[in-house]
Amino acid sequence: MFLAPFKHHRPTELSAVFEALAKYGDEAAVYAGGTELLLALKARVLRYEHLIDLKRVRELAGIKVDGEELVIGALATHHEIANSAVVKQHVPAYAALSEGIANIRVRSAGTLAGNLSFSEPHSDPPSLLAAMGASVTLVSPQARRSVPAAEFIVGEFTTVRNEDELIAEIRIPLTRAGEGYRYLKFGHLERPAVGASAGCIIRGGHTRYRLWLGALGDHPIHAAEVEDAIAGVPVALLPDVLPKLAVSFASKISATSDLHGSADYKQHLASVLMQRALAAACAAASGERVSHA
Amino acid sequence: MLDPQTVSFTLNGTPTELTIDASELLVDVLRDRCRLKGTKRSCDVEVCGACTVLADGLPVSSCTTLAVDIDGKSITTIEGLAKDGKLSRVQQAFVDHAAMQCGFCTSGMVLATTALLEQKPSASEEEIRHFLRGNICRCTGYIKILEAVKSLV
Repeated sequence: MFLAPFKHHRPTELSAVFEALAKYGDEAAVYAGGTELLLALKARVLRYEHLIDLKRVRELAGIKVDGEELVIGALATHHEIANSAVVKQHVPAYAALSEGIANIRVRSAGTLAGNLSFSEPHSDPPSLLAAMGASVTLVSPQARRSVPAAEFIVGEFTTVRNEDELIAEIRIPLTRAGEGYRYLKFGHLERPAVGASAGCIIRGGHTRYRLWLGALGDHPIHAAEVEDAIAGVPVALLPDVLPKLAVSFASKISATSDLHGSADYKQHLASVLMQRALAAACAAASGERVSHA
Repeated sequence: MLDPQTVSFTLNGTPTELTIDASELLVDVLRDRCRLKGTKRSCDVEVCGACTVLADGLPVSSCTTLAVDIDGKSITTIEGLAKDGKLSRVQQAFVDHAAMQCGFCTSGMVLATTALLEQKPSASEEEIRHFLRGNICRCTGYIKILEAVKSLV
């Protein structure tokens, strides 16, 4: 497939990106890796007169620790995140997720910020970012604001990002001692049919859990009623209560039947993956090392 | 051309400069302008790996890469691996293990393997399988491919 012609822009400063966006409006799109956008352009699902390459805007680059948070710049690729010593040390569960995204070619080019901006539902990162309490920093010419990752995606290919805003960075709280997170997924295709993200937070003898599901709805699904029901339950006693709760919650999710599987199959995957992800998160909280998803 | 762009890059070790349209894809520039037909277009959606080339040592899908984006980079295609008529060790291992059937996936498999060994010279079988997961052999000849790669670690 070939692309319809467009004018290419390669700014080196954020201010120049905003100028171009203001000038061309909805005839322009920004991109970095292009792993999602170019597919849509080739399929002629989208058409833009102007493409703005962000890759030379150094203000958007880099991965670093800032206080109690890991800061992932908008230009960081999945491959850079997966192999970053800082990410592996401070948020090992997210590094493991990155290593499992799509394939090495997509990871080499694709960025986390691009993945979130596109918000294709069959995606890995959103549910784990929600479970870890991450946030997305949006910048516009006028302002800078932070949105919880849990609230960033509102529907299929739809986020709370305004037309004049760009993702500057993604912030993930550092995983501390006594905490563990884990993302697990299953699917027959390149993208996950269902993903489950879990967290286990042990503080002063009290244990709390985090449970989110991805890919089977149009945005990440918070298993809040399961979290509430197991709050304070010691890790060792989870197998007594979790299976029934997981099956019950999964059966109520309104999953869609598509080429990734039927709705009831996805509900089954959700209940199984929730339990396995939580067990793995608990193991991580007690110090077990994470391998890739 | 709506938007002619000059790109300067290294192609298989040779400094190269081309004027292309901004909308041209890397796979078309390599095959039709540079006449390097070893890069194959197959799925066209970054899933199969037949169009794999290395950009600064990392595998990318040339079917879904804008040619303007290789400006300043070093690109390696399957034609760039043999030196002075001698196959690279990855190519030789694929030959020695008969790790190909129809051959359409082979360029991508060999380049992905080359990148893997650069990153992980002693990759485990699990790491090999994980790294090559995105390269599909439609003939399903994976065992021979795996044997070829394992002979190199």
